[in-house]
Amino acid sequence: MCQVEEEYHGPLLREELPSVSRQCVKCKEASAAVVIRAGDAYCRGCFKDYFIHKFRAVLGKNRLIFPEEKVLLAVSGGPSSCSMLSQVQEGLSQNAHKKLRFLPGIVYIDEGGAVGQSAEHRRRTVEELRAVFRATGLPFLMVPLEQVLDLPSSAVLSAPGASEQEAGAYKAAVDHFLLSDGSSGVTAGQQQETPPPEVQEAHTHSLQRLLGSAGTLTAREELLSILRQHLLVHTARSAGYSKLMLGDSCTRLAVKLLSSISLGRGAQLAHDTGFSDSRYGDTILVRPMRDYSAKEIAYYNRMFSVPSVFTAGLDTKTADKSSIQHLTESFVIKLQADFPSTVSTIYRTSEKLQSCKGSASAGGDRCLLCVCALDTAAENASAFSATLISEQLSQKKSPGESRQAPASQCCSIVGGELCGNGARGCCSSAKAPPLRSLLCYSCQLTIKDMASEEVLPQYILSEAERRLRRSQLREEIRGFLLEGEADEG
Amino acid sequence: MAAPVVIHLEFGGGAELLFNGVKDHHVTLPSQPDPWDVKQLLVWIQQNLLKERPELFVQGDSVRPGILVLINDADWELMGELEYQLQDQDNVVFISTLHGG
Repeated sequence: MCQVEEEYHGPLLREELPSVSRQCVKCKEASAAVVIRAGDAYCRGCFKDYFIHKFRAVLGKNRLIFPEEKVLLAVSGGPSSCSMLSQVQEGLSQNAHKKLRFLPGIVYIDEGGAVGQSAEHRRRTVEELRAVFRATGLPFLMVPLEQVLDLPSSAVLSAPGASEQEAGAYKAAVDHFLLSDGSSGVTAGQQQETPPPEVQEAHTHSLQRLLGSAGTLTAREELLSILRQHLLVHTARSAGYSKLMLGDSCTRLAVKLLSSISLGRGAQLAHDTGFSDSRYGDTILVRPMRDYSAKEIAYYNRMFSVPSVFTAGLDTKTADKSSIQHLTESFVIKLQADFPSTVSTIYRTSEKLQSCKGSASAGGDRCLLCVCALDTAAENASAFSATLISEQLSQKKSPGESRQAPASQCCSIVGGELCGNGARGCCSSAKAPPLRSLLCYSCQLTIKDMASEEVLPQYILSEAERRLRRSQLREEIRGFLLEGEADEG
Repeated sequence: MAAPVVIHLEFGGGAELLFNGVKDHHVTLPSQPDPWDVKQLLVWIQQNLLKERPELFVQGDSVRPGILVLINDADWELMGELEYQLQDQDNVVFISTLHGG
């Protein structure tokens, strides 16, 4: 084969393409319609079975969703979340043996205001989705993103949830459910027609000002996703849902994994990309679509007519390098075209990540924005302390200046209340603005990109104030506490 | 000497943004001596239908990575990708799987 004067004839190369066999590799009868992974061709019927089976398998394997549990599906209108919705419906309608046993509801967050859509466009999208949700028969909520400005402070708190269930609890719950009358399942949530919430223009402007204060598109996207998450969790909590299902696909999560590392969120990877995310304690975020590639979802939606509505995001039609997230996506997708195992390799890596348990429980140890454990303990030889040192070195100012700048800043943020305690209290502490001390590394970077911290929503600012006061108090009475008790509360 | 070929084009997943938001296109490809193949179709689309930002749809000879192509509801990889020769009344669908359209 590999001789010096060998000629490779044209036909030899062309035969490569149709070698992906035209018969379905599974049933070997019907002609193939889809190529999944590298070289596995499935026919329509087998593809549908494969798709549906994968959804059940991922839920069954993880045993997190208990029978009769209320689960909120976060549907953005995009293909993955609409596919998730159709899979849940499919699962609820099956024969009793493999029927899904939880009680779903739907929530849609209207982000049109953040992206700059006209009111008319938003209304049309909301109406389209309303029709889709109505057809499912499940209870649904349509929430405009502007409501995030009115959230209570509890939105950023991690509430103690159900304690760690022992392995036997799931099986016991399922057996109990099967013995009792299991027919009360789906009818529990009645569909109520609530009129579409009126969005005040002033709120939309505040939201746009908030997002506009972020200097880079990267920071804007991060901020948007943080706000969206707060709103989703708050909605789930107030409507009594203990689980929140997100529709992130394998491709999306692979991109998220790499871009999270670039954004400094390495410590929170397990939370951001894992199947279950328990940072909020009582509301657990679940990602059942994480085994599906974007291609599989798109094909399924097309072949089996799953309705979905496209909404433009912040980075639609922007150049490749406009934000870290966008650049990472473009990189991964392009690499995937030449090396079809890229996404699955990244995904398999993310499966192995686990968050260290028990490192943070009390509210004081969590990031104010992303509610993950703080990773900013700058130990002597850590990478983080090196980052801090180099930052200080590159900001060489005269000593007089550095004392003055923080003073004016923190007085404006907390409205003078903290500084009324004695100006020496806050100004002689950290040289950085106090809000930074409450944030994890990547949230610090996001906030640093913002022109002013005052446009943050009230609930974030008041919670920040509360935490700063508490830590101030803790500092003051530290001298009076016995050793070992200083860490509690 | 091929007759003009009538093709039904569809765009989804955000790709329609590059075509004025129109998802369905019924087009008639002019007759030419050689049969039309998908590579030539892409060139034709770029010249006649694409309203803006060609780099978001085509890359070199082929579609941008992340855009799926279905020919008559089957993966174009099974039909020969760019080499597939179009027939009258074929249905070609372009679905974007990218986050940003």
